Amino acid sequence: MGIDTLLLALIDGVSYAGLLFLVALGLTFIFGVVRVLNVAHGSLYAFGGYSAASMGIWFAQGSDSITLFLLAIVLGAGVVGVILGYGLTVLLHPFRDRDPIIQLLVTFGAFMVLEDVQVMIWGTQPYFVSGAVFQMGTSELLGVVFMNYQLWFIPSVALAVYVLLSWFLKHSLKGRQIIAVTHDREVATALGVNAGRIASLTFIIGATLGALGGALASPTTSLVPGVGADMIVLSFAVVATAGLGQISGALIVALMIGIARSLSVYFLPQFEVVMPYLIMMAVLLIRPQGLFTVAETRRI
Amino acid sequence: MKKRLLIAGIVFIAVLGLSAELPWVRVPMIMALVYGTAALGVVVLLRAGQISFGHAMYMLISGYTVAFLSQAYPGADGIVLVLAGTGVSLVTGMILGLFLVRYRGIFFGMLNLAISMVIFTIVTKFYGLTGGSDGMRIPRPSLFGIDMDRAGYEATLLVILLVLAIVLIFSVQQFFRSSAGQAMASIKTNEDRLEYLGVSAKKLLWQGYALSAALCGLAGAFYGLSQGLVTPEAGYWLKSGELVFMSILGGSVHAAGVFVAALLFEFVKVYASTLMGGAWQLVLGVSLIAIIYFLPGGITSLFRKKRKTLEVRS
Amino acid sequence: MFFKRFLRKITLALSLLSVMSAVQATEGDKPEEIILGITTFLSGSASVFGVPGKVAAEIYLEELNAGGGIHGVPVRPIFIDEGKGASGMLSDYRRVVQAEKADLMMAAISSGNCMALGPVAEDLKVVNIMWDCGTEKALEGLDYKYVVRSQANAVTEMVASVLYLLKVYPDFKTIAVVNQDYAWGHDSWEIFSTVLKQMKPDVEVVAEFFPKFGAPDYSSEISRLQALKPDVVFSSSWGGDLDTFTTQASQRGLFRNSKFFLALAESSLERLGSKLPEGVLVGARGDHYFLHPEYVNDPKHSDFVSKYLKETGSQPIYPVYHMVQAMEAMVGAYDKAIVANDGNWPSKEQLADALHGLTFRGLTSEVTIRPKDGQGLEDQLFGVTTSSDEYDFRILKDIMIVPADLVTTPVGESTPEWLKTLDAGLLDEVDFYREGSGGTQ
Repeated sequence: MGIDTLLLALIDGVSYAGLLFLVALGLTFIFGVVRVLNVAHGSLYAFGGYSAASMGIWFAQGSDSITLFLLAIVLGAGVVGVILGYGLTVLLHPFRDRDPIIQLLVTFGAFMVLEDVQVMIWGTQPYFVSGAVFQMGTSELLGVVFMNYQLWFIPSVALAVYVLLSWFLKHSLKGRQIIAVTHDREVATALGVNAGRIASLTFIIGATLGALGGALASPTTSLVPGVGADMIVLSFAVVATAGLGQISGALIVALMIGIARSLSVYFLPQFEVVMPYLIMMAVLLIRPQGLFTVAETRRI
Repeated sequence: MKKRLLIAGIVFIAVLGLSAELPWVRVPMIMALVYGTAALGVVVLLRAGQISFGHAMYMLISGYTVAFLSQAYPGADGIVLVLAGTGVSLVTGMILGLFLVRYRGIFFGMLNLAISMVIFTIVTKFYGLTGGSDGMRIPRPSLFGIDMDRAGYEATLLVILLVLAIVLIFSVQQFFRSSAGQAMASIKTNEDRLEYLGVSAKKLLWQGYALSAALCGLAGAFYGLSQGLVTPEAGYWLKSGELVFMSILGGSVHAAGVFVAALLFEFVKVYASTLMGGAWQLVLGVSLIAIIYFLPGGITSLFRKKRKTLEVRS
Repeated sequence: MFFKRFLRKITLALSLLSVMSAVQATEGDKPEEIILGITTFLSGSASVFGVPGKVAAEIYLEELNAGGGIHGVPVRPIFIDEGKGASGMLSDYRRVVQAEKADLMMAAISSGNCMALGPVAEDLKVVNIMWDCGTEKALEGLDYKYVVRSQANAVTEMVASVLYLLKVYPDFKTIAVVNQDYAWGHDSWEIFSTVLKQMKPDVEVVAEFFPKFGAPDYSSEISRLQALKPDVVFSSSWGGDLDTFTTQASQRGLFRNSKFFLALAESSLERLGSKLPEGVLVGARGDHYFLHPEYVNDPKHSDFVSKYLKETGSQPIYPVYHMVQAMEAMVGAYDKAIVANDGNWPSKEQLADALHGLTFRGLTSEVTIRPKDGQGLEDQLFGVTTSSDEYDFRILKDIMIVPADLVTTPVGESTPEWLKTLDAGLLDEVDFYREGSGGTQ
């Protein structure tokens, strides 16, 4: 035990957190704008992964090119994000004036449907397409060999997405319109913002992020039925702990959970899977609105 | 009253007759009644406008209590086990409810989810104590002091559950019509006004929560007894979601709706593998969305007496 | 009091009804077909292991039925997916027995499922052949009448594994384990570590990891193992889990630091290809290997191997062998029971009786089901991975075959007690396979 072990746990935790953040980001982003907790986000993760795997098999089979491999990931995620993201917007449209809980249940119904659609398209046997991940090489730190893909690539992508998204929201027209709709839909509409289109755009962005998480995970994990269900409840843990709609908060909480999890693999292996939910429970009991939510003033 | 007793009697005899003719119908029937009872617990909370995404944990707690007790006391009667399991779930619900009733809406749902996942993951990981993901066996106990073979055992469970269902439907309906039940419904519409009337919303919700935990516990104990096995999957968030699904499908208008919903759910699951090529989730998912759209009050809203009142769109 | 009497009456009535329907199939009635329920993993990460079993059943039954079936009666299989989870599988199992009126069942792959199924099968009075699950706890001391196992159990396999490890690599100091978090993973490690410590008291277990069944990612465990650098890394994982773990370990160079002993890896040799390095110790849960030195040219074996290869494009793995064994046990039992019944069709009880004490042969060596406790005795094969010019995946060399009766808990004894009596002297009784020596002692 000692500094070395702690550092190793930190490194492991960061690479796991990167993936977790990407998926949770999509979820929290959608909630922040459209006020819907999208249970079908797990399906987006799964579909993103399968789709990237299929693309990889389709045009990168046998080849070791990293570019083709990256192309498969981006395309896989993009296709899923656009199709399913838009599909979900359309599905939720008739329910837009209803209770948020009702909308959540609609997304739950969508999740159930998508679980079976996933099996219909890709079957029940596991997909494992590792290909060019190996081409990225390995690095040795503190006597332990890490895959560059997990060590540098995924966390970098997560960070890049975070920076890009924040920039987009603050500095682009569409981004600021999204923020406007987030703060007050009615006023934004009165000012000429097409709230419906903004909602669709948000959904597509959020869905693509979820799918990207799945696509990035696909080379190193095996894709099987049920992978979406596990991921969704884990993302809920991140999102609820950070505060619904908090993007920066989600990054920090994902890191917290990732590091807590890998620390427990090192010191208390039996608690590895309990960690995320323990943290979620503890935070929600003390601060139910999440760690980073700024208290809203009540309107009378 | 008489009409209702008549309906109850007809249903009772129909179910018994069916299960005598087709013995394999018994277990899905029992499962439907079990889930109906658990979903009834969720309906109680739905009345107050709150949805819990973790209530399957009370089924889990009760089931494992039954498993532990039947291991520790091999001769224990099934009814004693059920009472014990329900009791443990009730007490747990009472304790957890003490701080859960401070939350509303999405936070209430999320916190229940968090606690249920903590319980789920702990039960899954502690293989030495709980049998991990393989679960724990529950050998067939005597019922009311009588030892039975498989057929008799299933038949008795079915009869008990049917009687219980009928009793519970009547009691919960009475509860909804009582002042406590009506007051609980106002937690959904305007909690502040309730407080001004001098009624503690928290206490009401706590009572409702404890009741819902007990109902899920009751269901969980029978689940364990009929399966002969309890696994952590019984408390996974998907199971909680299915309970919410059933409660929405059945509607909070009449307590009987949720049993019809559970029956539908169970049989779609059983027949999907033979008829729909296994795509039961697709069928149920689509029907959930359809019901929410067309019949937001659930199936039982179809039977609601049409009252001439002014509807105010909120 | 009245209530009790009332209940008894209802119970009696319902029991009479069920008994009447059960007695319909009387002895001497040859059925039109034998309905056989088979559970296997058809979905999820374990399906890479379960689907070969299904294919094996289909190939075998096609051949059997083409020859007229069992004494003129064809066999029709109904497959149940273990990937649905224990509860789902249990309800399917009951439905197949009660609604589809299965004549016998073959279940299961997962040790956890076997533990749950045993009492159910006895309750339903249906003959159940445990065709692939390993935990000894599913059968030991339970006095089952209808349930038998047509293959070895965790005791045979793990004690033999310890012997193999000590024979091949006697001087290691530290060992770590990465097993699946369920009955098989825990029970197999319990036996392995107990016997290991008896035969090598100075061994140190540096880490014990039990990632969940179907875990997608082993990064943290692999990092930890790299830091700890144990001499030996042991795993009794199988299926998709073994594939994932091995691939990730290989990518990160874990095989260079430690000697790996993958007790069930024969079933992953082809899928892993070059991801599995040379020098890895491999077991086969039985003497199942498509290049088994003694049977590679045996017609029954090689015929089936080519059929399987033609059907699937892959070499058969041990679930295939286990399935054939179970089928042979079924056929042998019917033969034996019909003879004992003077040519009449046997009842379920007579069939169950016939299974006890039966000796039969799958594709490799003979297997015997012990008469008293229904436990199968199956020899165990081990080897070390090496490259091949002919195949693009690793094959085994330096093969060792351990006879079952040497390493299985004797009838009537309890495994924990019996394990304590083992010592290093047992090592002298096993040796590597020599061509022409006849294999087993």
